[in-house]
Amino acid sequence: MVSFILRRILVSILILIAASFLMYMLVAYSSDPLANLRSSSSPNKDRLIADLVSRLQLDVPPPLRWGLWLGGAAKCLIPFANSCDLGSTISNAQVTDILPQALLSTVQLVTLALILAIVFGIMIGIVTALRQYSGLDNTVTFISFFLYSLPAFLVAVLLKEFIAIGFNNFLRDPVVSWFWILLIGIVVGAIWQSLIGGEARRRLIVFAISGAGTAVLIWLMSATGWFEKPGIGPVGMVVLIAAIAIGATALMAGLQNRKALITAGINAVIAIASYFAMQPLFAISSIGTLIILGIVALIVGLVSGYLVGGYDRGQNLRVGAVTAVLSSALILVDRAMQAWPTYLGDVNNRPIATIGSSTPNLGGDVWVTGIDSFTHLALPTVALLLISFASYTRYSRAGLLEVMNQDYIRTARAKGLPERTVVIRHAFRNMLIPLTTLVAFDVGALLGGAIITERVFGIPGMGNLFSSALGPGDINPVMGYFLVIAAMAILFNFLADLAYASLDPRVRVR
Amino acid sequence: MTIDNTPIVADEAVVPEKAPESEGRLILRRFLGNKFAVASIVIVILIIAFSISAIGIGPIPGWWKYGFKALNPQVNAGNPTISLVPQWLGGKGISLGDHPFGQDRIGKDYFAMVMRGIQNSALVMVVLGGIASFVGVVVGAIAGYFRGVIDAILMRITDVFIVIPALVIGSVVGHWVGGLGAPLLAIMLGFFSWMGIARLVRGEFLSLREREFVEAARVAGASDRRIIFKHILPNAIGVVIVSSTLIMATAILLETALSFLGYGIQAPDVSLGGLISSNESAFQTRPWLFWWPGFFIVTLALLVNFVGDGLRDAFDPRHRRFKLRAMREQIPEPAEEAKL
Repeated sequence: MVSFILRRILVSILILIAASFLMYMLVAYSSDPLANLRSSSSPNKDRLIADLVSRLQLDVPPPLRWGLWLGGAAKCLIPFANSCDLGSTISNAQVTDILPQALLSTVQLVTLALILAIVFGIMIGIVTALRQYSGLDNTVTFISFFLYSLPAFLVAVLLKEFIAIGFNNFLRDPVVSWFWILLIGIVVGAIWQSLIGGEARRRLIVFAISGAGTAVLIWLMSATGWFEKPGIGPVGMVVLIAAIAIGATALMAGLQNRKALITAGINAVIAIASYFAMQPLFAISSIGTLIILGIVALIVGLVSGYLVGGYDRGQNLRVGAVTAVLSSALILVDRAMQAWPTYLGDVNNRPIATIGSSTPNLGGDVWVTGIDSFTHLALPTVALLLISFASYTRYSRAGLLEVMNQDYIRTARAKGLPERTVVIRHAFRNMLIPLTTLVAFDVGALLGGAIITERVFGIPGMGNLFSSALGPGDINPVMGYFLVIAAMAILFNFLADLAYASLDPRVRVR
Repeated sequence: MTIDNTPIVADEAVVPEKAPESEGRLILRRFLGNKFAVASIVIVILIIAFSISAIGIGPIPGWWKYGFKALNPQVNAGNPTISLVPQWLGGKGISLGDHPFGQDRIGKDYFAMVMRGIQNSALVMVVLGGIASFVGVVVGAIAGYFRGVIDAILMRITDVFIVIPALVIGSVVGHWVGGLGAPLLAIMLGFFSWMGIARLVRGEFLSLREREFVEAARVAGASDRRIIFKHILPNAIGVVIVSSTLIMATAILLETALSFLGYGIQAPDVSLGGLISSNESAFQTRPWLFWWPGFFIVTLALLVNFVGDGLRDAFDPRHRRFKLRAMREQIPEPAEEAKL
């Protein structure tokens, strides 16, 4: 095992060096960093050119210059010495200074998109696999093919032009017209009836109830001015938290499992109590407080699950943790919604931003700034989400179908386990093994930034760093960018192999 | 993976009295049985043929009166003049008008520009796909067949190329040769997109070379060349065809994305991605400048993806699908038998 890891690291470093040479040559020979200066009309043009040439060592031929660059980059391997030298940009900024900022805003952008894509992609993949060849399955298959074929820039531009501007215009006079209420009701009803399935009568009932319910809800929201002053309210919180508790139990343990139901109930009661008790604390919270509260919620969920006991403690732990975490997330959303009117006032009633990653000079507490980054990152997140969502749906659908054909699933059914247990505990877990590889690749690739999404939405992330440096032939930032993404790709590739080997006992690393 | 869920009849339709069908005919019949994929390939060819006939190719002129570079006086404020609603439905009748897709801000005919963009997309698609498949097959076949040191070296080279994301290497290559015209861009991009196919082909070769028919050929004295080309490659061709079709779909998206970023096909030549990029700011005033190229990019990529999917189903009859409903329906039967 140790020799495997050492060998992999050695080979990876060699690959990285070779790839950096390839990249350096391509960039160095394809562009002219002096082009801008040559065409300038400034009187001290020659001196500027000479300065730049000596600073970026442009008089050294590219293969040798690559050697110099590599020498500087190699110092990054010395731990804690902080002697990294990746050169400077044309405008004389150190690459080591601008890279961390760009990486930070990329991480901020891609984290939520990745998590949502994984969660929704796997959920929808499972549902379509279980309803194979149904209307729902064919629709989702078509949609995911469509998303595959949709260029990222088209999605980004369309979101910007329609959703952002449309939503902002809608907020000027937030009344939903009858046409939209009906349309949304019909669409939601159609989605629910295909998710629930069954014979025509049952589908029709589901369609009518869910469609009418949604339409009435939207009408109420529109009539009471909910879109200007959103909030869930105490009654809504109690109902929703109870729904989370029951839903988590039903999905993971089954409602007839008393112990799991008790765990979920305890957590729901704690969540409702803390919703009322915590409001003063939230008013003075910082990011750190919220993170601590989230961890406390997780621990409460786990401990309560452990204390309730029963024959399957692991299941209780999971039910408790899921209930506690989802309920706390709901409480946070509710609190953030209370800050929405303040934020609307700050940004002149046009909340959804189309450019940048935060409003400049925006004061306010953690909730207002939180909403601010939400409104800035919502659309780029959706753009990224739509694209990777398609591949997760396809992979998890195919994975579940393959697992469902295995003998151990037949055995599980044969010994009389309920369908939920077969799907969630036998099929779902094994389906996740091949997906770890995909997730690891995706994390590595997304950290490289979404070049196009970042460009359309003007987010100063890694992708923007690359595409804005390549044009003028600014080689050092391009190489710094390359170093980070290539190292990430290799690292996550490696992690994927290790994870696969530890999850699937049939795979051994040599 | 297909939308079309009509059962594939080829397996059952083999009549025992006739001479057995060749593998190729079987696959062809399975593909032709998939109406969705066949329709897709026909539409793709029609779109490309239409774009070539409209504005011509090279020195040969097409039937459309405007070129994609010529400036024309603004007609109808640049609005599209195409009309598809017949007169008996209250429309203006089916006609193209003077500028069917409208005009851009400086008066160029948008129909000619979009047609030129389709031509360039098709060119990049075919050339990139062809070169990537060729290089990938050669590298993968040599690595998989000879194994050992050659394999190790070739695969490490593949790793070097694969470390750089497609869009990044594409931007660098496009920045380098994008100004030299679409054909050169397509060729160069092809030389940087072969890695996936090389890995797949190597995998196929590694498993096929251990099979008995290869052993038999070797015992009979066949040369390496003959074994590779006559015995192994025909068995691995399914993987190659399917993945090169899928590469073609991503090639369309890659080229348009590069042109959108400004690293692809350069003006005065036209790319569908470049059209969207240069008209992004005009979305509120002239939305059609945005819709036509967007529509054709999505259509082409989607249809080529459908073709690739149909080919995959045709080549891989093992896709015997699991049906939950069918299994559930089977459950009551033994119970009833038990009662009897």
